[in-house]
Amino acid sequence: MVPLWWHISLAVVLFVIGAAGVLLRRNILVVLMSLELLLNSVNINFIAFGRYYADFRGQIFAIFVIAITAAEVAVALGILVALVRNKSTLKVDDVTVMKG
Amino acid sequence: MDQGFFLLFATVAVITALTVVLARNPVHSALALMACFLQISAVFVLLEAPLLAVVQIFVYVGAIMVLFLFVIMMIDVREAVLQRFLPGGNLPALVLLVLLGAEMLVLVLSSDRFSATEPIAMREGDQIRQLSTTLFADYLLPFEAASVILLAALVGAIVLARKEPE
Repeated sequence: MVPLWWHISLAVVLFVIGAAGVLLRRNILVVLMSLELLLNSVNINFIAFGRYYADFRGQIFAIFVIAITAAEVAVALGILVALVRNKSTLKVDDVTVMKG
Repeated sequence: MDQGFFLLFATVAVITALTVVLARNPVHSALALMACFLQISAVFVLLEAPLLAVVQIFVYVGAIMVLFLFVIMMIDVREAVLQRFLPGGNLPALVLLVLLGAEMLVLVLSSDRFSATEPIAMREGDQIRQLSTTLFADYLLPFEAASVILLAALVGAIVLARKEPE
């Protein structure tokens, strides 16, 4: 069998790559895709721990994560379409309407 | 056997994930993300979670990626393709990421809590039946809350993407 830490290491690597996409890219579409990558690496952790400790709750939480991700993507892409219609930009830096 | 398959899937997943972040064209990013999700669902099969693997393919590759490609086709990405992406553009964030990754890897590798090689044996019987019994008996309230959230997201997406009436 595959040792547990292999799965966790894969999840760590995917998480760091996704975080790099969120922090370093300036294109909103790629930032959204990197968010998907982050959530997926968390799912790998959930399912790996659930498998190695013989607990179904890992899989159940992964199902909830997938459902919430679907909702998030639908809303985010709706916001993106409305944004492009109003401002015609895809750069994160140009979106400063809600100046933080 | 399992280890070889895992290494194959993990390598392809990491390479495609890097492609997602480094590709200049968002369409290439979306296709690489689709390949990455397929590899992750293969990892789920190795973890003996076949239901999750199928859900992963249906939801991510089937629904979310189609949504992404649809939106990419709807909006003009030619300007985005032209702008160059330099990984060293944001040095503090890069340093922070390297630190984060190194810290997590060192913690995982130096701890012996994660060294389990043989999983605890699952209870006998139909795995998916037990999984769904747990989901619909113990986690019914979160399940309903998730469905309400999905409905709210559906309505919200329609309202947001609708053209303003003149």
